[in-house]
Amino acid sequence: MSEHTEESVRAEARAWLEANWSPDLGLVEWRNKLADSGWGVPSWPKEWYGRELPAALAPVVEEEFQRIGAIGVAKAGIRTLAAATILAHGTDLHKEKFLRRILTGEDTWCQLFSEPGSGSDVAGAVTRAEMRGNKWVVNGQKVWTTSAHHAHWGLLLARTDWDLTKHKGLSYFIIDMHQPGVKVQPLKQMNGHASFNQVFLTDAEVQPEFLVANVGDGWAVTTTTLMHERRGADGLRSWAMGSDRKGRAYDEERAEIATTMEPYKWYPQRAGRVDLILQRAKETNRLSDPVVRQEIAKLLVMSKAAEWTARRARAAQEQGRPQGPEGSLGKLVSSHVARAAARIHTQLSGADALLSGSDSPMGGTIAEILVSVPATSIAGGTDEIQRNIIAERVLKMPKEPSVDTDKPFRDVPRNTVS
Amino acid sequence: MKFSFSSEQEEFRSNLRRFLGERAPVKEVRRLMATEAAWERAAWRKLNTELGLTAVRIPEAYGGQGFGFGELGIVLEEMGRSLLCAPYFSTAVLATGAILNAGSEADKQALLPGIAAGDTVATLAWVEDDGRWDAAGTTLTATPRGDGYRLDGHKNFVLDGHTSDLIVVLARLPDSSGEAGLSLLVVAGEANGLTRRPLKAMDETRKLARLEFDGVDAKMLGEPGSAAGAFARTMTEAAVGLANEMAGVAERLREDSLAYAKMRMQFGRAIASFQSMKHKAADMLVDVELAKSAAYYAAAALDDGDDDVEAIASLAKSAASEACLQTAIHAIQIHGGIGFTWDNDTHLWFKRAKSSEVLLGDAHHHREFMMQRWAA
Repeated sequence: MSEHTEESVRAEARAWLEANWSPDLGLVEWRNKLADSGWGVPSWPKEWYGRELPAALAPVVEEEFQRIGAIGVAKAGIRTLAAATILAHGTDLHKEKFLRRILTGEDTWCQLFSEPGSGSDVAGAVTRAEMRGNKWVVNGQKVWTTSAHHAHWGLLLARTDWDLTKHKGLSYFIIDMHQPGVKVQPLKQMNGHASFNQVFLTDAEVQPEFLVANVGDGWAVTTTTLMHERRGADGLRSWAMGSDRKGRAYDEERAEIATTMEPYKWYPQRAGRVDLILQRAKETNRLSDPVVRQEIAKLLVMSKAAEWTARRARAAQEQGRPQGPEGSLGKLVSSHVARAAARIHTQLSGADALLSGSDSPMGGTIAEILVSVPATSIAGGTDEIQRNIIAERVLKMPKEPSVDTDKPFRDVPRNTVS
Repeated sequence: MKFSFSSEQEEFRSNLRRFLGERAPVKEVRRLMATEAAWERAAWRKLNTELGLTAVRIPEAYGGQGFGFGELGIVLEEMGRSLLCAPYFSTAVLATGAILNAGSEADKQALLPGIAAGDTVATLAWVEDDGRWDAAGTTLTATPRGDGYRLDGHKNFVLDGHTSDLIVVLARLPDSSGEAGLSLLVVAGEANGLTRRPLKAMDETRKLARLEFDGVDAKMLGEPGSAAGAFARTMTEAAVGLANEMAGVAERLREDSLAYAKMRMQFGRAIASFQSMKHKAADMLVDVELAKSAAYYAAAALDDGDDDVEAIASLAKSAASEACLQTAIHAIQIHGGIGFTWDNDTHLWFKRAKSSEVLLGDAHHHREFMMQRWAA
């Protein structure tokens, strides 16, 4: 194996980018060049569009992209989870068929894990996949599916054996979303947005070769996907900045960002908009109220300490040190921050907190905060599940005695689903 | 660095933890806290001869080690964890800070080497009977007499005030008011006219005294009447120091109660397997880690000369006050009945949490102080 140094990688990436990048290329055309050269995903295997560089050198390549202003491969959304899962568990056929179009952004993906009957308990899925003739036939209902309405492919968790225990009876498939058996309906939320979908699967079909890993391996594969989902959140934020530069590739990327980020436009409000608190306190002439001051100060203390805790976790990661407990707390802390911020926004708004939309302060932003914050402590793992994870994985507290994992799944009490 | 410690700092911490574990087991804490002084000179000397701890933040020019608040914070955090009984906060944080901030070059040359060597135990007396933590309530007067000054009045809630060799006193010049006229002076612990009464402290590991000054000989630090800034700076440093100490107290309480929950069996299972315990333990971890982040950041802000350091210090003190006491409350609760007994050690750290919550101003006080800087 040849030794890569930071200098050699930087020089090579720079030379390639200078020779090949042009903002006048079409986005897909450019990303195909990235796939062919390996510079789009340098830490991936050489046979699959990468260069097998150590992960620690990937930021060096990233810096060279930024320096010259070159667009990277498609990074946002479920497609990155699909890519990571396929790289880890997929067959050559999966890699051949899906990876390139994931990198170019031509294919959009969605994740079909959660069900109305299994939210926190994803392994309790009851969507059923049965082999009929030479195809898998799928029946059931999935929910909270971002981008399902325009996705080409879905990552599907389904039950293939009801006589095995809960986790062993699951299998993992890649399902074609454009077929008669797949019906997608938007799911309207309490804040009026519809960022997610319900997906109804009625005799939907999956080709046998689109099973990922083996029958019964579904939970292990799902764990891979979920692990990458937790890691991916930061990347999305920086990508969504886009740029205002001129050129065909930039124009096409802006359109892609607009489509991908559309479901997330209320997310800043969901986090509580701490950034607006002092401004609102001044506007409402409440900054001299000692009770208000204490509440605001409590929030600022918590949000600053949370920010610094996240920086400690990142510093440990960057130095290649084992992350301490500080790395597992961010999600739970952000719920506390969001709730405290919503409470103060209510306090500052007074009677105006009764209003919504254009009648609400700041053109509806305040109202949107108040009715979006409840999502923070639920989405992506409820606060209760986060606490269990912290307690069991970080603090090594013993698991609850289990009542559902050592008997055939058909005997496990569960929600009835229509 | 603000967000991680260097490997030298980590090594310093682990050496210190081992040393304190050996020298200050709980048995020793209990023995010393039952005495009037709560410290002994031989052990204090060892703290300095073996690890140079009182010299940590004293510049090398005055016989110190010349480290920063990052290192001082590590010492304080580890002392909070072990609940070491020693006049460290009073000597190395309060008195050393006051001398460094207010003293002239000659004052520093005269006073700091003794502290760095572990010969001098010192403290700062600034609070009076009204319990105000700021300088505005100061009534004790410093009147010129001969080459020096005479002090008349009283000080209260003075850490280790009855046992210190040297006392730095916040006073005001006659007929002055507000910030003008505030002065820091030093007096000998055994000076004539000084009456020192040990107080019955709720936290027996941290001794307090009330001092009466009746014409006590004192020497001015720096320029007369111009100590307001130096005093404020000393309080900022003290808040950061105490926040770091509290991080250690909170971490110890958290770890001990977690270990107890894993060991304690009820209803045929370890109580740590109950979700109510897990959720409490997770919340405690959040509280403690956030408080640590703020304390570390504040120490770095002092070292970096951050313009915002006053607000950041108050942020760290308020975060630590809340987190440390909340952790102590949870710790007693997790221990159940045994946690409310004298023989169980939890109350020792609970009381340190409580005394630290109040000392230098509670969370409300520091939140308001922070808001005055960030949202005037």
